[in-house]
Amino acid sequence: MKIHEYQAKALLAQYGIAVPRGDVAYTAAEAKKIAAEIGVRAVVKAQVYAGGRGKAGGIKTVNSPEEAEKAAGQLIGTRLVTHQTGPQGVPVSKVLVEEASNVARELYISILVDGVSHLPVMMASEAGGMEIEEVAQSTPEKILKSYIDPAISFQPFQGRKMAYGISLNGGQMGEATRLMTNLYRLFMDKDCSLAEINPLVVTADGKLLALDAKLNFDDNALYRHKDIQELQDKEQEEPLEIQARDWGINNYVKMDGDIGCMVNGAGLAMAVNDLIQYCGGRAANFLDIGTLNNTERVVNSFKMFVADHRIRAVLVNIFGGMARVDVIAKGIVEAYQLMTIPFPVVIRLAGTNLEEGQHILAQSGMNFIQAKDFYDGARKVVEAAKGVTR
Amino acid sequence: MSILVDEDTKLLVQGITGSEGTFHTRRCIEYGTKVVAGVTPGKGGSRHLGVSVFNTVEKAMTDTGANASIMFVPPAYAADGILEAIDAGMALILCITEGIPVLDMVKVHRYLKGKPTRLIGPNCPGVMSPGKCKAGIMVGEIHLPGNVGVVSRSGTLTYDVVSQLTSLRIGQSTCVGIGGDALPGSTFVDVLKLFEADEHTKAVVLIGEIGGTMEQEAAEFIRHKMTKPVVAFVAGSTAPPGKRMGHAGAIITGSAAKASEKIKALSQAGATIAPTPAEVGLTVKKVLKSV
Repeated sequence: MKIHEYQAKALLAQYGIAVPRGDVAYTAAEAKKIAAEIGVRAVVKAQVYAGGRGKAGGIKTVNSPEEAEKAAGQLIGTRLVTHQTGPQGVPVSKVLVEEASNVARELYISILVDGVSHLPVMMASEAGGMEIEEVAQSTPEKILKSYIDPAISFQPFQGRKMAYGISLNGGQMGEATRLMTNLYRLFMDKDCSLAEINPLVVTADGKLLALDAKLNFDDNALYRHKDIQELQDKEQEEPLEIQARDWGINNYVKMDGDIGCMVNGAGLAMAVNDLIQYCGGRAANFLDIGTLNNTERVVNSFKMFVADHRIRAVLVNIFGGMARVDVIAKGIVEAYQLMTIPFPVVIRLAGTNLEEGQHILAQSGMNFIQAKDFYDGARKVVEAAKGVTR
Repeated sequence: MSILVDEDTKLLVQGITGSEGTFHTRRCIEYGTKVVAGVTPGKGGSRHLGVSVFNTVEKAMTDTGANASIMFVPPAYAADGILEAIDAGMALILCITEGIPVLDMVKVHRYLKGKPTRLIGPNCPGVMSPGKCKAGIMVGEIHLPGNVGVVSRSGTLTYDVVSQLTSLRIGQSTCVGIGGDALPGSTFVDVLKLFEADEHTKAVVLIGEIGGTMEQEAAEFIRHKMTKPVVAFVAGSTAPPGKRMGHAGAIITGSAAKASEKIKALSQAGATIAPTPAEVGLTVKKVLKSV
C-alpha cells in the first residue's frame, strides 16, 4: 500500500526525523494561509501516488502567500501526468505547502527487504535527488549497502560507516546515525516494504532534512496496522481496481486491452494474459479469482466485466486445485441468470471436480464457447472478440 | 528416485482441523501419503480423519516419528508455526499458507540459519512425487511417475504444465512448488541442486515469473553446474510495471524483474525456452528426444 508524501513525513516526524515545516491544503485559500504562517519562501507540491512530479510541473516554488494560492489553484482539481502515471494521469486534490530549504547537498537513503539475503538492507548514496534505479545501473559503486540483522537491529557502527561513506562530517555523525536508527525503527514497527528519503538534504547550515519521503507498506501486514490502513487514498487508485476490491476480488489489475479474463492462480492468470497477446489479442485485466470456494466472487467478476465497457469477450480459465470447478461453474450459471451478458464467453475448465462442473454448465443451457485447453481458449477468445461492439 | 518426499515420508499436518487442512489432508491420505500426525493447539489427544492430533509439533514428532510437516495455519499465526517446527527439528516444512507478512518471514529466515530444516514456500502448492507421496494441494490424478523434475513459483500454472506432460506420457520425478512470495524458503537454485543430484531425474522444467532475481540466479547455476537439460517458461511478459500480479513476489520493480530479462538470462545459460505456456510439454518432448 502507498501513502502520500505529507502522510509519510508526518510518520517520519513521529519517529524523530526532521522534515520541513508545512501542512497539507485542500483549497487554494488554505495553501495561502499555510504559506503565510510559514512566512518565508515556500514549495507547493501536488500530492499524488506517483513519482516524477517535479518534471511534470507538480512542484512549484513560491515567494509569497499569494503565489502559493495561485500555484495551489493551478494544481488542485487537475490531473497530473508523469512518466509513471500513463497518459490519463492521477487526480490532484491536495497539495503540501512547506518551507523552502537552502540545500547544500542532496543525499539518498532507503530501507527495503533484500530477497537474496532475506534481511532488511539500508542503502545510502551521495547521488540524491535522482531515481535510484538509474544510479544503480549507471554508477552502482555510488550506492552503499548495510544489511541489518533483525536479531540485533541497526547498530551505530553501521550508521557511522554509511554516514562517512556519503561524506558527512564528524559533526553530522550523531544526527545521521540517529536518523538511520529511527528510519529502521519505523520500517520494522509499521511493516514497511519501502522507506525512502530522496533527497535527504544537508541544509546550508549543516542540518539533515527529509525533503521528500516515500513509504510503502506490506499489504499482508495491514491487518495489524489499522492506523496505516486509514491513510489509504482510494481516489489515487484505478477505479476498476477499487471496485474489484470492494467486491471481494483482491487480485485484479486493470490492463489496456479488451478481453476480460477470469483465472484461478496468479501464475496461470499471467500466463493466460501472455497467451492472449501471443494470439493477437490484449487482455483488459489480470484477475486471479483465488481459492475461496463460493460463487459470489465469480458472479462479481462477471459484474466487473459487464460494467467495464471496454470488454468485447471473456475468457474463463480454471484449473481446479484448491478452487473447485463445480463451484466456479455454478457461479457462472448464476451470473448468466442475474444479468444480460453482452459479449461472448469462452470457458476452459480442468482439475478438481471437473465432471460436476461440466455437467452444471451443460444442464444450464447457457450459451458459451467451450475450449479444450488454454491455448485453445486464448485463440477462441481473440477470435470471438472480433467484430463485437458494445 | 525422487526428491524431498517419497514413500518414506511421514507427514505431519499443522492446522489439520481447519477447513483447508481437513479437505487437503483427506486428499493426501486418499493418494496414499502416510499422514502420521496432526497439530492443532488445544485439540491434542483427539483424532481427526483417523489421524492423531497433538498440541505441539515436538510431541507429535516424538510420538509418531514425523519427518515432514505441511502447514495450513492462517497467515497471522503461520510464521509462529514454522518457527515451532524448526525448533522441533523438523527436516522438511511445506508452508501452503498465503499472505504471511514479509517481516515475519525475515524472522523465520534468521532463525533458519544454521538449522538442518528445509523450508518450501510459503504461498505454495507443496511437493508431489507421483506414485509415492502427495504432500500438497495439487490435483493428484494429473500426475504420472517418471523422470522429469518440475520446479515452479506458481500453483495452477504448474498443474497445467504437469497435465501437458502427462498427456504426452512424460512422467515426473518430483514437482516442487516453491511459492509466489518474495522471500521463499527454498529458491530455484536450491531445488535445481537436488534435481541435478537425483540420478532418476533426466530433465527439469522451471516455471518462473516476474519479480525478484531468482531466475537469474537459476541461470547462473544452470550455466555452471547443471548437466541436465532445463526447459523454462517465465510468466508475466504482458504484466505492467509496478503492479503486484497476485503473488506478493510478482511485481516489476526494476529491469531485472521483467520477464524478458529473465528469459534472456535463462536462454543464454543454455535453458530451452518454451515459446508459450501451452507448449512447455511439447518443448520437453523435443528436448528429451535430442538427449
